[in-house]
Order: sequence, then C-alpha cells, then structure tokens
Amino acid sequence: MLAVYVVADNIYSPLGATTAQNFEQVKQGISGIKKHHNLTLADEPVYASLFNSNEISNHNQLKYSLFESLLIASIEAVLGESRISATDTKTLLIVSSTKGNISMLETNADDPDLKDRIALHTSARLVAEHFGFVNKPLVVSNACISGIMAILTGARLIQSGQYENVVVVGADVISKFVLSGFQSFQAISAEPCKPFDENRTGITLGEAAATMILSSNPKYTDSIKVLGGAVSNDANHISAPSRTGVELAQAIERTLSIAGLLPDDIDLVSAHGTATSYNDEMEAKAIALAGLDKVPTNSLKGYYGHTLGAAGLIESIISIQSLKQNLILPTLGFEKMGVSNPINVCTTLTSKRLKTCLKTASGFGGCNAAIVFSK
Amino acid sequence: MHLNNNITLYCTIVKNVVYKNEVPVFENRDADLPAFLLSVYQHFELSYPKFYKMDNLSKLGWLASEVLLKNNAIKDYQPEEVGLILSNANASLDSDQKYIKTVSDIPSPALFVYTLPNIMTGEICIRNNFKGEDAFFIFEKFDPGFIESYVNNLLNNNILSACICGWVDVLGDDYKAVLFLVEKGKEENSIPLSKKNLDSIFENLIIDKV
Repeated sequence: MLAVYVVADNIYSPLGATTAQNFEQVKQGISGIKKHHNLTLADEPVYASLFNSNEISNHNQLKYSLFESLLIASIEAVLGESRISATDTKTLLIVSSTKGNISMLETNADDPDLKDRIALHTSARLVAEHFGFVNKPLVVSNACISGIMAILTGARLIQSGQYENVVVVGADVISKFVLSGFQSFQAISAEPCKPFDENRTGITLGEAAATMILSSNPKYTDSIKVLGGAVSNDANHISAPSRTGVELAQAIERTLSIAGLLPDDIDLVSAHGTATSYNDEMEAKAIALAGLDKVPTNSLKGYYGHTLGAAGLIESIISIQSLKQNLILPTLGFEKMGVSNPINVCTTLTSKRLKTCLKTASGFGGCNAAIVFSK
Repeated sequence: MHLNNNITLYCTIVKNVVYKNEVPVFENRDADLPAFLLSVYQHFELSYPKFYKMDNLSKLGWLASEVLLKNNAIKDYQPEEVGLILSNANASLDSDQKYIKTVSDIPSPALFVYTLPNIMTGEICIRNNFKGEDAFFIFEKFDPGFIESYVNNLLNNNILSACICGWVDVLGDDYKAVLFLVEKGKEENSIPLSKKNLDSIFENLIIDKV
C-alpha cells in the first residue's frame, strides 16, 4: 500500500497562529483556557479557550462566517509552505466540524436561505473556492471523532490512488448553542478541566482550527507517516460511553494490526481525555485492554479545551511535534490518578526518543477512533 | 480483492411511501412527518420503546434500517463486521432549530443529544449491535460515486463485511431516506454496487440488473 506522509500542518488557536507557536506555548505549560464573562455565551462566567474577535486574520465578515474564516486562516498559514497545489486535480479538501455555522441560528434572521447558509457543505464550498480547489470538498461530521476520521479518510483516499494530496482542515466555534448544550448535560467543569484526575468535574470547551496536509508523493519520504487507523461503535448508548472500553480497545487493536505494530511499539498515546468522569474511566479501561497501560499517555484538553471538530487534528499535530522533538508533554490539570484502571499519565515534560504515537478519540453516538503516526 | 460487492437489499422512504427493493410496502399519504413516522412504526409492528424519544432524523433512519433488515440474516455477521456510512445535506439542523428554542428558557438535554447527525447511526448500532466502522458525511446532494468508492474500499480491505450506506435527510416536512445493504457475496436478485445503480435506486428509477 502507498505510504501517506504528513507534509505540513498548522494549528490556529488562542495560543498561536502556527504549529511552532502553539508547541512552544504548550511546552511552557501555557493554557488557552481563561475565565470569560461574555453574555452572548452565558449569563455566568465560564472557563473556555476562546479567540478575541479581533484575533482572526482576514476575517471578511460580509463574505465569510467566523467558522469559515478560521478554516481559511489555518489553511492559508500552511498551504503555501507545503508547495501542494490546491488547483491540482490530484488534490482534495476535507473539512471536519461538528457544528460549523450553527451560531447563525442565534444571530441571523430565520429566512428560507438560512438553512443553506448554515449547511456544512456551503462552508466547504466557500473555502474550496477561496483557494481554487478543483475537486468537490468532502465534509466529515461525526461528533468528537470527526478530526481523526477526516485524517483517516484522507489517508485512505490517497492509499486507494484516488488522490495524491489531501488538505484536511477542521474547526468549531464555541457559541451559546454548544455551551448551553454541554451545560444542560451538567458536563461543563466549573474550573479548567483536569483530565484523568480524581477531582475532575467535566469538560472545558475551546475553539480553534487546524490543518494537516497529506501526500503520497515520494519526495516527502522523510516526513512523519500515517500508518493507519480504525473506527468502531459501542452500540451501547447515544451519549454515554461504553462501560467496558472494549470497543475503543478494538479500534486501537485494529489500528495496530493495520500498521503492523505491537503495543510495545507505541511510544506515546495521545488520549481524548475530556475530563468527564465517564469518558476518562472508559478510555483508561480501553488503553489497558489494548496493552498500552504502561505507555506514556497524555490529554491536551488542559491546554486547548475540547475543540470538538478540530480536536483530533490539533492533538495529532501536537503529538507529531512531540515525535519530531522527542519530547513528551505533561497532562495539564492532572494531579492524582482518578481512573480505576491506572494508566501512565504523563505529568512532566520529558525528553525521550520517540518513534510512534497513537491518537484516540471517542464521541456521542458511541463512536471511537484511533490512528497511528510514525517517523 | 472482492470486486463483486453487491447491493443485496435497499429501502426508500419518501413522499409518505415506504419501498423495499422498489416495491411499495406501506403508504400514508395524508399524515404530517411525525404522524407518518409513527404510522410506519405501527404498520410494521415494531416494538422498541426508544423509538418514541428519538428525533425525526433518527426515527426516519432507524425505520428505514428496520424495513431494510426485516426478515434478513444480517445477524449472521460478527458485530465488528457491520458498519454504517451515512450522509445528508442538513446534518441535524431539524433538531438544532428545536433545541435553540429551548436555550432562552431551560436548555433541553433530551433535544441537545440529537444535535449531531451521527446520533442516528448510534441508534441503529444500538438496535442491531453493529460495532464496525461508522462515518457521517455532509453533501449538498446524494453522491453515489463517493459511496461506491468508499464502501468498496471498506469491503475490499476487510474493514467491513457488510455495510449499510446511503442518505437520510430531514428538515421540517422535507425528508428522504434511501438505505442500501452492501455485501461481498452475490445473492439472488442482488445488484452490483455501482454509481449508476446507487443513483438509479436513489432516484427511484427502474434498475438495470445486468
């Protein structure tokens, strides 16, 4: 099968406008999470990682929504440097998002055109037109595994020979719609989230965009490779994770099998680690079932919050930087083991030779995903 | 490589008529969407209390999957071998609009949980114990070429042995569901998985079985 290389990437977040800026901040233990008292979001103050509205470059409000501007800013920051051509017939754009332009339900008049303006396929088309992509873009919207699924889908479309290059971009904006929904589930933490910690009390939300450019072109042989991935469903509950973790473990095991790896070959696990009681408990069980409980594991939610459709991309890109710099990042917010099946949660910045990283995620609808990157 | 992946069953629900393999099996012309969906549930004598709490998108997709799989041996597969590749244009906007109306008063968790299109996928997986790969894609219009190549890839690489794929879209009273069961083997009356055949079934045209 064709090798798939990660040619270039970008993280566009409240912590910075490039992957390098983001990694430097995260390395220093700086978090984008702050207390915000914004009445358009909620009556009470809330912790979240949010942009200041004047931070978004090239935000042409007449033409593009905030969501679309984030997608464009992230792609723009990296497409030129990658020297991949958007207008090449062998290049595809994939967009990952859970809610896209949904804040327009709060801000726009309810007229017959609104449904098309909100639609994710409209945003994808506008972004594709902005850069001149000739192929019709693909949109993945599969809850919190969207980002990993978008990378996996891109890798497969390259391996099957349909495309040579895929630009995978993901973003979500935090609006009252999203925040109030998670609050209605009692899922939002009153303080910055504490993944895997015994005192964790829930999610902190975040907004960001991220881009990963994939290619099979042999000139990128020295780049990090996507070795494969897998997706599974719990078939248990639409909003609560599996009680056993068996299905996420199966996705991990299948991923290792596709990549031709054993658990001992994994040097780092970048977990979903949302800091809800049930998610972290399930994930720890799955990581242990897959034989990875001794492998250094982190969650990056303490730096970015849960960035929904961008999360899988951001956390994969940071983990790829970890591989490149042989540096394991600590899990910000974690102090004391709070899952019944102990795993090796990273707590300090550690230099170590790293070759291979596993990234996982799980989401509403019972979905689980895993993907593996390697030098 | 299995290049002979086949559409072994298909179900369409549109304009208040339910079709199984092109044959109309139920109609209720005068009902609005919620009443029509309930009448489909009752007609096929389904017994599944979770149905009543689903949103219209999940009800529609779930009913289409029930009619699709009725009297079928899909349960012979292992749970991990069966997956769902679904698509639509409006994601979960039908429920998003209902949820946003509750936000200024008391935001409803029962509505919020349906504000993702892949919740429908989860409902079908829970009912049938399907634990294979699932994915949800958003297209302006049904894309038979993408479904053909993506599902072929999943089956040919042994990621799945059987795949329920297609389109389920709801916005207000506008809706359409077309689900296909695609399997590796050839059954009597099965139709080769192709862009043309997917498109013909979607448009409810006579199928060229050659």
